[in-house]
Amino acid sequence: MNEALTLLSFGEQGWGDTIASGVLITVSLALATLPIGLILGFLIALAKNSSEPSLKLAANIYTTIFRGLPELLTLFLVYFGVQIAIQEFIKLLGYDIYFEVNSFVAGMVALSLVFSSYASEAFLSAFNGIPQGQYEGGYALGLSRYKTMRLIILPQLIRLALPALGNLWLILLKETSLVSVIGLADLVREAGIAARVTKEPFLFFGLVLVIYLLLTMISSVGLLRIERWSKRGDAAR
Amino acid sequence: MIAANPSTGMTRPPPPQKKWTNLRIAGHVLMALWILSGLYLLYFLGSNVASPFFQKYWPEYVDGFIVTIQIVSVSLVLGALLSVPIAAGRASKLKIFSWPAYAYVNFFRGTPLLAQAFMVYYGFGSFSEELKAAGLWWFFRDAWYCVIFTFSLNTAAYQAEILRGAIQNVPKGQWEGGEALGLSRNVIFFKIILPQALMVALRPYGNEIILMIKGSAIASIVTIYDLMGETRRAYSRSYDFQAYIWAAVAYLLIVETLRRIWDKIEARLTRHLKR
Repeated sequence: MNEALTLLSFGEQGWGDTIASGVLITVSLALATLPIGLILGFLIALAKNSSEPSLKLAANIYTTIFRGLPELLTLFLVYFGVQIAIQEFIKLLGYDIYFEVNSFVAGMVALSLVFSSYASEAFLSAFNGIPQGQYEGGYALGLSRYKTMRLIILPQLIRLALPALGNLWLILLKETSLVSVIGLADLVREAGIAARVTKEPFLFFGLVLVIYLLLTMISSVGLLRIERWSKRGDAAR
Repeated sequence: MIAANPSTGMTRPPPPQKKWTNLRIAGHVLMALWILSGLYLLYFLGSNVASPFFQKYWPEYVDGFIVTIQIVSVSLVLGALLSVPIAAGRASKLKIFSWPAYAYVNFFRGTPLLAQAFMVYYGFGSFSEELKAAGLWWFFRDAWYCVIFTFSLNTAAYQAEILRGAIQNVPKGQWEGGEALGLSRNVIFFKIILPQALMVALRPYGNEIILMIKGSAIASIVTIYDLMGETRRAYSRSYDFQAYIWAAVAYLLIVETLRRIWDKIEARLTRHLKR
């Protein structure tokens, strides 16, 4: 037991600081992906919700692709694909430089692609939950399309989409673990290194599971609060 | 019958011309991009069918595909069996049953599948002596069994929630109606409640199968040569990016076909609910 505590402690003998830095990377990757995925997902939902059939179809192709591919494969496609594309481009310019894609950025891009295609579905079903009269009311008040969207539709949309988006956040948090495969020093990778060096895989992977469980529990509590906050208008009625 | 306008001889105004709004332009540009990249992909794949890469590796892709299907189907079936007692526990009013089931479901849904697989494959290795003594070492030594074990436990948690949600969604009146007819609880459950619940559960079950197919790519990280594993091996040997392109096409085809078949099944089974 004492041995385990020493291994997990911070400082010279312990792996505590390594693991902590891994947690930091995991959380920051998820947090960095979230806004990109949300904005992209919202734009795609707008496209799917528009009256223009070509735009709808284009958006649907996007979601079909990124919801059909395994996340791990998307990650490899982005990581190796972008690297090869840029390498070819550099060669085309006549330089001979080795270029390596940052695994954090690759992970962020891949996870955003996946997250946005799922988020667009969440936003779309929220759009369907808003009656047409809300738009008409906005236009009747003389608001522009943009202002109607921002002041009338968006606040209701967020409330309706929150439960689904909350689930997607939890999925995103868990999916960040995949980035360890392309070499980002996240929680899983750091724990894997620690496990190999100390020959205590059970201890370190157990720690990983516990930390993920804690992260999802904290997120659940936070999401519950946000949901309650978003529904504070309902309680008065 | 509407009388034609005497001066123009037309019965109705001409349809409004479709204007090139910004949205329409954006839509067409995006579609053009998709079509171009689709055509390029087809050309790329077509021109590479005869390439040495494809000639060399396609049998391995087929092997990988079979392994993926095996992993997914075995885990789904084992998970389905395991999910029944868990769902029953979750729905139970007794804390001794509901608490462990709740903890189980939350544990497997709250942690990444990858970490679970690592835990089983590498983590349980810490207890190799004990496992050897218990005669279980052959099981946890083999990556294949570890993957099946992890995936089954994982999908059982998700399937238990689907099952529980669907059963609890059936209105209470259905139970009461059955009781009023003097049926036993068993008959009510299997003949009245379960069929209705499974109808509701069809869609989430379909999603779970697709999630499982996508999730099974993780098996490649713990040394299983499934479709993803064969892809990674082919790439590491050839450094040819088309390895991943072929895998992407394969996965998309699998998932899309399955989704369409499932939609057909669902439409067929729920046709009495269509108005």
